[in-house]
Amino acid sequence: MSVKTKTISEKEGPHAALPRTAHVRSGRPVHVPAGTTRVVAALLRKELLVELRTLESVPGMSLFAVTTFVVFHFALNQSSVSGDEAAGILWVTLLFAAMLGVNRLFVADEDQGGFDAFLLAPVDRSAMLLAKALALLAYLLVLELVAVPAFGLLLLGPSLGQALPDLLVVLVLADVGIAVIGTLVAALAVRTRARDLLGPLLALPLLVPVVIGGARATSPLFGLNHADSPPARWLLTLGLYDLVFGLIAYAVFDFLLED
Amino acid sequence: MYGRGLRTLSIATVAVMGIALGLVFFYAPLEAEEGFLQKIFYIHVPLAIVTLCGFVIGGLLAIQHLRTREQRWDMRSYVAIHMSLIFAVGTLITGSIWARGSWGHWWVWSEPTLVSFLIVFLLYATYQPLRFAIEDPERQARYASVFAIVAGAFVPLNFLAVRLSTEYLHPRVLGSASNLPAKMQLTFLVSLLGIALLYATLCKYELTAKHTRKLLKARSKILGFR
Repeated sequence: MSVKTKTISEKEGPHAALPRTAHVRSGRPVHVPAGTTRVVAALLRKELLVELRTLESVPGMSLFAVTTFVVFHFALNQSSVSGDEAAGILWVTLLFAAMLGVNRLFVADEDQGGFDAFLLAPVDRSAMLLAKALALLAYLLVLELVAVPAFGLLLLGPSLGQALPDLLVVLVLADVGIAVIGTLVAALAVRTRARDLLGPLLALPLLVPVVIGGARATSPLFGLNHADSPPARWLLTLGLYDLVFGLIAYAVFDFLLED
Repeated sequence: MYGRGLRTLSIATVAVMGIALGLVFFYAPLEAEEGFLQKIFYIHVPLAIVTLCGFVIGGLLAIQHLRTREQRWDMRSYVAIHMSLIFAVGTLITGSIWARGSWGHWWVWSEPTLVSFLIVFLLYATYQPLRFAIEDPERQARYASVFAIVAGAFVPLNFLAVRLSTEYLHPRVLGSASNLPAKMQLTFLVSLLGIALLYATLCKYELTAKHTRKLLKARSKILGFR
């Protein structure tokens, strides 16, 4: 991946990620770190480009989700589900598929020196958190683009169409939480000996509130009579969760990238 | 340095625990519905409260570690979480016994406090696997602190989410000390103090032991023992 990182930075010019030099009145040059937005955009571009070229995470996640629906069909011995059951199957599948992406999120950076390269650049370290979380969010959205229609086709009894607008809100709110916690946990686990094991082990209990909120908000949408919209308190819980863990992740992430 | 006051603390713990047990069995009135079984409340609830406080304190100590970078704060955070984990096992076992006695099942999903406690326990159970999968001691301390902070913040949020998810099937008469009869309340508070002292003493013992072992290692290195 180091090769790819290099090509990208060459494209953007040699000074893309370097500090701009500003002159103050004393005449001494003062280093101003490159704007965080630009750094995040560059890092995100790198992430998405690497994923597009290697196709390491997203196709696997999507395939895993579809296969899991088939497994659920046989394990539950049911050809269509609705209500609580449907919401549960969808959320368990999405969560476990997300774990695959979480496990791979930092592996390339750890194995091929991406961390070192990033630390050498005089940029805000939180940019890495933001870029990785946005990348994971993008992976999750693509995953759902495949998994949700597949779920509607294979398992869901009531039609998906009416539930879709409300479902989108719930999915996005939950995805933000999964992306934040996933990025934090991936960074914690990647430099340990048992990273494949520790990632899901850390992430699943932390994401239980997201599953509660997501599943409870979706189950009325998958009801047989389509009457209900998601209860506001669950959307509020999801939003609160995203906010709190977003801030916490921002506060502690720097400490994971020190050596 | 950690050993100072250990004897006084131990004696105080034994005394308060003794008084608490005396109050539980001879002073507090029998509860009308549950009878003798309700006595487990005086052990179970203080254990749960002390455990959760211990987890949050572990997070606060971890913040202190990340701010000062002094290794002793990490050690304190580790000991607080380690001891809380042991207390958590006690809480889950006593909670299970209580549930079996009063509701007929070893595990009850409709009791939000018990369920959130299990989730918190499962999260903290990964603290040691995470910590000891990192070899470099400095990084180990740093990563463990990050975990302790995130998990410490998770504790209250998780309780909120799980409580929201459960309809109140069981009247929560025993949930808080505020609506208890005076005699029960006194017994409960003394038990809480006893368990809190027990926690503090055990933490101090572990800290002293760890500190002494480190000192011993350093001295034998100086003297050339292997």
